[in-house]
Amino acid sequence: MKETIITVRNLSKKFGDFIANDDLSFDVYKGEIFGFLGANGAGKTTAMRVLCGLSKPTSGDINIAGFDVYSQTELIKTNIGYMSQKFSLYEDLTIDENISFYGGIYKLSNKEIKEKKELLINKLQLNAVRKKLVRELPLGWRQKLAFSVAIFHEPKIVFLDEPTGGVDPITRRQFWDMIYEESDKGLTVFVTTHYMDEAEYCNRVSIMVDGKIAALDTPVNLMQTYNAKNMDEVFLKIVRFS
Amino acid sequence: MRIILFLLRKEFLQVFRNKSMLPLIFMVPIIQLIILVNAATFEMKSIRIFIIDNDMSSSSRSLISKISGSPFYKIVNTGFSYKQAMDEMHKGKTDAILNIPPDFEKKLFKENTGKIQLVINAINGTSAGLISAYTNTIINDFNRKIIIDASQNIAVNASLIKSLNINYSFWYNPELNYKTFMVPGVLVLLVTLIGFVLSSMNVVREKEIGTIEQINVTPIKKYQFIIGKLFPIWIIGLFELAFGLAIGKLLFNIPMVGSLPLLFFVASLYLIVVLGMGMFVSTLVETQQQAMLISFFLLMIFILMSGLFTSIESMPDWAQYIVKANPIAYFIKIIRLILLKGAGIMEIKKDIIILVLFGISMMSFAIIRYRKTS
Repeated sequence: MKETIITVRNLSKKFGDFIANDDLSFDVYKGEIFGFLGANGAGKTTAMRVLCGLSKPTSGDINIAGFDVYSQTELIKTNIGYMSQKFSLYEDLTIDENISFYGGIYKLSNKEIKEKKELLINKLQLNAVRKKLVRELPLGWRQKLAFSVAIFHEPKIVFLDEPTGGVDPITRRQFWDMIYEESDKGLTVFVTTHYMDEAEYCNRVSIMVDGKIAALDTPVNLMQTYNAKNMDEVFLKIVRFS
Repeated sequence: MRIILFLLRKEFLQVFRNKSMLPLIFMVPIIQLIILVNAATFEMKSIRIFIIDNDMSSSSRSLISKISGSPFYKIVNTGFSYKQAMDEMHKGKTDAILNIPPDFEKKLFKENTGKIQLVINAINGTSAGLISAYTNTIINDFNRKIIIDASQNIAVNASLIKSLNINYSFWYNPELNYKTFMVPGVLVLLVTLIGFVLSSMNVVREKEIGTIEQINVTPIKKYQFIIGKLFPIWIIGLFELAFGLAIGKLLFNIPMVGSLPLLFFVASLYLIVVLGMGMFVSTLVETQQQAMLISFFLLMIFILMSGLFTSIESMPDWAQYIVKANPIAYFIKIIRLILLKGAGIMEIKKDIIILVLFGISMMSFAIIRYRKTS
């Protein structure tokens, strides 16, 4: 049996009268890539912010990596990584400084930081530009770096909020290679996107419409159920029928 | 602790990488001190006075010579007609009129009282007050001289002389140098401005860029974050004070009678108040623009009601109560006491305690308001 790492039961998040997340229930298994799809404003980011402990749920039971989202928020935070929609690195710090900073606030030792930083910089082939400010890097590189920094402290789960927005197709492909690599090592990846081709890379996807989960299955099953050639069609059919 | 060090390193790197930061740190104190200290002065160097001497006695001449001998006065005209003098005042050619009536000396000797009239143009209330104060000083001085002169001729009760012997020596600022008075106040403004603006903009900046989210998903504790954010600004604030003092000494030769360590001790407490307020503003707003606007509003009130430009004693009662809640006013008072008077810790104990209370409450507000979750 697959091991559950995220359990969400009846999660609701309201902003006044507006219901951003309406009674969501789902499980995420350890090591899988879980895609969270939906149109803009469907409530993807809100749900993710609740799961990360950035936002308090209005109601519902949520367990992340074995910790309760209400009472053990700080414990959750040491076990997750997060890459936000907005830019998550400091543009006025160099690549080196950004990595060291995030390593430091996750309580890695100086030795660990140094060793892991060298590995990371070599892997991303950033040796020539490591002393440059992050703002001087092209967007695609920054996103790859931001992902690497988000998992630098080896969390159990990483939350990626539209990580490839505005990135060219080749870099996007490389980005997903990185995700696969980490997923193979056992990292659970929770990713929101509105690129439907990316949805096909996920192990399972949930499609949100107006704050509710309209469908949740593997991409192949979804395509069969909705008699569609690709995820694009699945998405359009679901959004149209609901 | 290590987390705080990492935060501090990041903040220092960011502050000094910001290209507008270094000029700000060095130019603001120089410009503020040079402009404000020289311009915002209440010193009366040349009070223009019209003298109507209808007595033409040795007493009246003696009084007039006292006035003309003072560096503060410039006698624009003398005459016998009150109307002429008022005309001059209407035309703005004179600031004050001293009217000596015909029987001045006679009354002075016969009845032991003489009356003179002083008319002051009070369009500018502050300077009118000063003219009145200066002139009174001179007249009192004149009074004293008469009594002493009289006592040489007539046997006057010695105790009477003693009781009337008003001694005008201007302590703590013997040359009545207004700059000496202004520099410490302007230094307070400087420290406040830098501390408040930097702290109110800092957290908000991370909100705008979006990096605050990234910080909030980490296990950083609130207090670690706040210390990491404010400590560098605290250091910059103290450095500004040191730099400003050096300039004050070099350019204006301000006295430093009291203990500098004590001054920096109080300044470090005061900065906690300022940074707490800035941080609090920062947690209330979403953009740097909003932060700027609120800072501007608060600083304006705090500065104008600090007793630097207008004296607190001359404010209405209700305003004086507001001043009691103005930390700038306390620090201005303390810095003047230390620099000019050489006050020790015991003399400013009460004000220090008030600053500490301000600091604790502002910091608590900021920490309570700052939330990692929404």
